[in-house]
Amino acid sequence: MVSIKDLIRINEYEWEIPKSFRHDMRVPVRIFATRRLLDSVMEDNSLEQAVNASTLPGLVGRVLVMPDMHQGYGFPIGGVAATTYPDGVISPGGIGYDINCGVRLLSSHIAFDEVQPNLDDLVNALNHYCPSGVGKKGQIHLSEREINQVCTDGSGWALKAGYATEADIRRTEEGGKLEGADPSKVSPRAKERGRPQIGTLGAGNHFIEVDVIEKIFDPKAAQIMGLQEGNLAVQIHCGSRGFGHQICTDYVREFQSAIKRYNIQLPDRELVCAPLNSKEGQDYLAAMRCAANYAFANRQILAHLARQAFESVFAGKLTDWYLYQVYDIAHNMGKIEKHLIDGNEVKVCVHRKGATRAFGPNSPDLPDEYKKIGQPVLVPGSMGTASWVLVGTESSMERSFGSSCHGAGRVMSRKKAKKSIRGTTLREELEKQGIHIRAGSMAGLAEEAPSAYKDVDEVVNIVAGAGIAKKVARLLPVAVVKG
Amino acid sequence: MNKKSTGFREIAHTADWELEVWAPDYFTILKQSAIGMYKLMGVSTDKKNNNERSINIPWSDQENTLVTFLSELVFICESEGLAFHKIEFSISDNNLKVDLQGSPIISMEKEIKAVTYHNLKIETSQDGLNAHIVFDV
Repeated sequence: MVSIKDLIRINEYEWEIPKSFRHDMRVPVRIFATRRLLDSVMEDNSLEQAVNASTLPGLVGRVLVMPDMHQGYGFPIGGVAATTYPDGVISPGGIGYDINCGVRLLSSHIAFDEVQPNLDDLVNALNHYCPSGVGKKGQIHLSEREINQVCTDGSGWALKAGYATEADIRRTEEGGKLEGADPSKVSPRAKERGRPQIGTLGAGNHFIEVDVIEKIFDPKAAQIMGLQEGNLAVQIHCGSRGFGHQICTDYVREFQSAIKRYNIQLPDRELVCAPLNSKEGQDYLAAMRCAANYAFANRQILAHLARQAFESVFAGKLTDWYLYQVYDIAHNMGKIEKHLIDGNEVKVCVHRKGATRAFGPNSPDLPDEYKKIGQPVLVPGSMGTASWVLVGTESSMERSFGSSCHGAGRVMSRKKAKKSIRGTTLREELEKQGIHIRAGSMAGLAEEAPSAYKDVDEVVNIVAGAGIAKKVARLLPVAVVKG
Repeated sequence: MNKKSTGFREIAHTADWELEVWAPDYFTILKQSAIGMYKLMGVSTDKKNNNERSINIPWSDQENTLVTFLSELVFICESEGLAFHKIEFSISDNNLKVDLQGSPIISMEKEIKAVTYHNLKIETSQDGLNAHIVFDV
């Protein structure tokens, strides 16, 4: 077990577990946290899991852990690790089963004060238009040919099908389409799971949330993003559904034998990996990109359905009820990127598991309007607390492989949450606070209670204090649809 | 804690679900894992309708076979909406043959994304075998 005394304090917001901590570590672990936050972190195994991740072959720099860290499987949630390309490894467990789980933010010109009486209708409409919940299938059933097109074109498929605009695509990470996706590397079983689920939210911690923009911290960046104090905004949090889950399941199983072929020793079988330049590594990368593209298309369709829900409620009442795309980002992904390491530009595979890409200003990967301010970083809180919009910084490029936090991060186990919190009581309490909730399962709602999460303001203060992201706006929830 | 010779219980896990399973032999570990997984998912079935199914799983090590078996059940649950209460095992030609009897799912509270290998180890105890399984949810 890792304890506080094993950590070296770098500064108020950064701590390090040195390579000497355990004989099999290949690089140190850098933790973004305050001393206070570390106390809660020590209650689970997230740092132990970060140490395990530091044993992967081909790692460069450091394994990084964001302040929203918590225990996952294999990698910790909030973990970032970069391996050299093409001779380092790729680890499906370092990306997660929900490949390209991510967040989309839409802005509006709708003033909260004007529509407060309509919020109950709005949450009902969102619940009606956007399929959510356990085992829920969508209105679209993809054919074999169509799912292959979704795999290769991502949001581009949604554009052709009439679910997107050019502006949506431009303001999506990678333009909503990762190159190099190959549907032939995806199992028939994954496609079978994915075909009826496109355009669905799923369950667990996935949600559609209507927020009011409570406070602007960076007026210039907020203006460029289209965020105005007092207006409504919408967040959509979901991923690649059963399609991505099955792809990861298939490759984690296949890699169990690959590590023997490549003589890779690991402390946890969930960390299984294969060299990026091996057939296994290339196949996984091509399949993972299919799931990433599916997830971009999935969030795009949900955005389209959310727009329909807004139209159904506000048409005839307002002149402009449109939802404008701010940005769409992944927080479970493996990406081939170039980063400066010890002064040299190195091509690496950055694994982000529960961590958001946070590229700074002037990055060639950003749309022109965001090159001036840096990439929007979307940090949803829990359904009863604030969410944040941040931007990436030059410092994040130098110190965190252009990455930042992805949310509040859990602090309470699901078992404890459902034992100590009743879903119906929680819903009543949130309604009393003016937050309209629709949830498919009361037990699921209890597991996602705000008290099961860290204080998102504290998490954001750490990444801002460390300089790896900058505050733009704080949002407060007013209506939530949970699966 | 006093434990009966066969059973399962949920262990606290921050983000996901963890199940401890114990049994006198490996096949009972497999069966108890399946029952425990359905319990965590809050599955209820229409027992008036009976469905039978056989699946074959390539035999590898015990942990790998356990994950593959549970992953099959997750897939059938999601793609066909079936859950099973009667589970029989036999081994032939390096395959684990599983005969399943079950019913259509009427309702399910929560879904499992995947069965993980995280810290998975089937260990021998004085009462038989013991396993910890982490599910991604």
